[in-house]
Amino acid sequence: MLAREVVEELIQVLGRENVLTEQEDLLTYAYDATAALKHQKPDVVVSPISTEQVAEVVKIAQRHQVPIYPRGSGTNLSGGTVPIQGGIVLSMLNLNKILEFDQDNLTATVQPGVIIQTLNDEAAKHGLIYPPDPGTVTTATMGGSVSECSGGLRGLKYGVTKHYIMGLTIVLANGKVIRWGGKTVKNVTGYDLVALFTGAEGTLGIITEMIVKLIPAPETRKSVLGVFDNLDKAGNAIAAIIRNKIIPATLEIMDNVTIQTVEHFVHAGLPLNAEAVLLCEVDGYKEVVERESVLVERILQEEGAVEVKVAKNDQERDLLWLARRSALPALAQKRPTTVLEDATVPRSKIPDMLKIVRKIADKYNLQIATFGHAGDGNLHPTILTDVRDEDEMKRVHLAVDEIFHGAIALGGTLSGEHGIGVAKMDFLSLEFGEAGVEALKAIKEALDPNYMLNPGKIVRRD
Amino acid sequence: MSVYDSLDSINEELHKCMKCGNCQAVCPIYKETRQEVGVARGKISLAEFILSGEAEMTEGMAERFSLCTTCMACNQNCPCGVRFDKIILAARAEAVRKKGLHPVKKIAFTALKMQRLFDFGMKTGSVFQGVALKHLPHKSDRLARMRFDIGIGTEKVFPMLAKRPLRSELPEVVKVKNPKMRVAFFTGCMINYFYTDIGKAVVEVLTENDIEVVIPRGQGCCGIPASVNGDTVSARALARRNLRAFERLGADALVVACSSGGTAWKHVFMELLENDPEFSTLAKKWSEKSYDISEFLIHKVPFKKEGLGRVDRKVTYHDPCHLNRGQGINKEPREILKSIPGVELIEMKEPGRCCGMAGSFSLVHPDLSVKISDRKIADISQTQTNTVATGCPACRLQLQSGVENAGIQEQVMHTVQILAESYRAGKKGSK
Repeated sequence: MLAREVVEELIQVLGRENVLTEQEDLLTYAYDATAALKHQKPDVVVSPISTEQVAEVVKIAQRHQVPIYPRGSGTNLSGGTVPIQGGIVLSMLNLNKILEFDQDNLTATVQPGVIIQTLNDEAAKHGLIYPPDPGTVTTATMGGSVSECSGGLRGLKYGVTKHYIMGLTIVLANGKVIRWGGKTVKNVTGYDLVALFTGAEGTLGIITEMIVKLIPAPETRKSVLGVFDNLDKAGNAIAAIIRNKIIPATLEIMDNVTIQTVEHFVHAGLPLNAEAVLLCEVDGYKEVVERESVLVERILQEEGAVEVKVAKNDQERDLLWLARRSALPALAQKRPTTVLEDATVPRSKIPDMLKIVRKIADKYNLQIATFGHAGDGNLHPTILTDVRDEDEMKRVHLAVDEIFHGAIALGGTLSGEHGIGVAKMDFLSLEFGEAGVEALKAIKEALDPNYMLNPGKIVRRD
Repeated sequence: MSVYDSLDSINEELHKCMKCGNCQAVCPIYKETRQEVGVARGKISLAEFILSGEAEMTEGMAERFSLCTTCMACNQNCPCGVRFDKIILAARAEAVRKKGLHPVKKIAFTALKMQRLFDFGMKTGSVFQGVALKHLPHKSDRLARMRFDIGIGTEKVFPMLAKRPLRSELPEVVKVKNPKMRVAFFTGCMINYFYTDIGKAVVEVLTENDIEVVIPRGQGCCGIPASVNGDTVSARALARRNLRAFERLGADALVVACSSGGTAWKHVFMELLENDPEFSTLAKKWSEKSYDISEFLIHKVPFKKEGLGRVDRKVTYHDPCHLNRGQGINKEPREILKSIPGVELIEMKEPGRCCGMAGSFSLVHPDLSVKISDRKIADISQTQTNTVATGCPACRLQLQSGVENAGIQEQVMHTVQILAESYRAGKKGSK
């Protein structure tokens, strides 16, 4: 339990209406979107409206040695926002202003509570885009997205969140405020703390303002769908597209289990016996898109696709994407619990990874559907299960273990875009050894020696 | 087992939720409060904690469960197909079983149940309403504001009670020369006591289409205010009363011009009475022949287009949640509007976004209700129209209050009123 005086001090800084202490409210901050994770309610939830208030909260927490768990919309998939040691949940949702659009420098300055889609809508008015587009684009906050370094569908051509963060304002664990980076393209002054804090999951400092890079919106786009009766052929097609110097904005894959589920759900016209479907979208200037889409069509045919469809207009495009967009909803409705992983491998290893996942599914007698971002090697093996079935959940955990091992053995990584949080913490040494874990710990302890900020995530205290 | 009888009935529905938080993107309450308890995911978690025994149904819980306009936008946006509307009803019914009904609501719903007393009260009210309500000068509607604050502020603009309720003013059976059909009209309270103009327009349009209209005197409140607030006992009594009244007079079809009434006749009566040996078949029978007025005029008896006169209006249409998402009716009213000569339909941004009225929600959470309404009114004012059409008297009340307080020149009407206006114009023109 939190000392009464902590709450009183918080109320003094933030006002009573921005400090939640009733059990009925606290319980709703005990979880995030991560499946099958233990929940834990915080002792208090506070909603600051300025960097200064955040700094004051951190100072109070330091004085009383209370952990702080920063939180945006709570949509992450690795337990990144669950307050596993109780304490203070710091809701950033009232810091929700877009502070500036700079069309000359192509930047936007935003507060962490801004929803990604809100930034997109504003950018669109200026003919610009903010490319990172995680599946939660209409709900996730910029602060959460930067802290998790989320990816999305356009990673292959446009990169991920970290490629668009130019400057940050950060409240450190000691309550001091620093500004790093800025609007300049070039900046080598000191260590690259902007890069360090991006994807740090709120364990090193609290982001209260960010300068993000925007780019001109592509003039047009075109989608092509290829159906394969063999996984290797689909894998070769992915490689062939890249080898031919085409970098599609998106290049998605769905495996047979996904295809079957999706087809029964939306009747998009996918053949039920197909082993894989590739969905490719090229974008840019009209002339380039025209040339590249014809090339993609030809490559898919040459690589042995049994069927190739090119969308002739927006309606046909929407129909092609319907299947991909419906993948998660369709799978999620099959069983009550959906465990969504994000093991990532070099894109040349996609067919191998798909085969490994299938073997694991057979071995543990589980329903695993795999879809994902083939172009950047980021797959989403999705285990359909039910948390109430204890025996099955044991098998789920074993299967997840093996998926991690499989990805790393192929030269891949534990997490492409969902983060480590609590869910994958125990597997870190698998990827970069004990020395790597020690290096992480050294960084954590240099910036947050008392383990105050999002403790219990990424790095474990001895 | 129905959602009205036990919290366990929604166990499976709760397990479907994967906590992705997609409901945040569309929840009108969450957009204003940005607190997790405002959104479906938060309240689903609370229900789970209660069921698992980790938390108890407290008065504080009941208060949190009141934070929902039941607009069903989250249902539509949910990748897992969770029916949050069922969850919230079950949670509220559980709250009433464990903690009792809020005293003000208890008085209100008891009054609704005692139809004759309620009717007397409303009629007396129409004489004495000036004591509490200050009449506002308005060119087309009888509007008023509270003279003093009874806990809901004095900003809200209300329609004045009609001098005579609709059902006293019109005969029980409105005959036509060569009737091609006999249709029963369920008026609902708002149309009966406040917006008699909507009721008269319904009768006018139906008779214009050679349909005999029956308005059973024995009908009463639809019971939705009680059922959505967990007062299952009152809701059941009202459902039975209405079924008896309509069964006594009989009809080929039943029409409503109110989205709550439509939901009640189509779905809620059946759910409430599913274990009632006497009334369950009756509820099903009437459910099958219940229509919203716009649905009826498009699909059941296509309204006649000859005789439609010119109505010069720039119209924007607001989709009532329980008509649009609740009954899947959104094309029909637009089709009616587009077929009226002179009407120009201009869509607002997000026409399906909740107006924030939500029945007693606006009384329990007046500030929140106004904030939600303000966004709607801003969208309306951008359309540069002079008329807002909608399909629900409760939405009409909210929108009317909103435009009045914002000082925008918009007349708020039910779609069927504009259609009646067009028939009238047609007759005038042909004379």
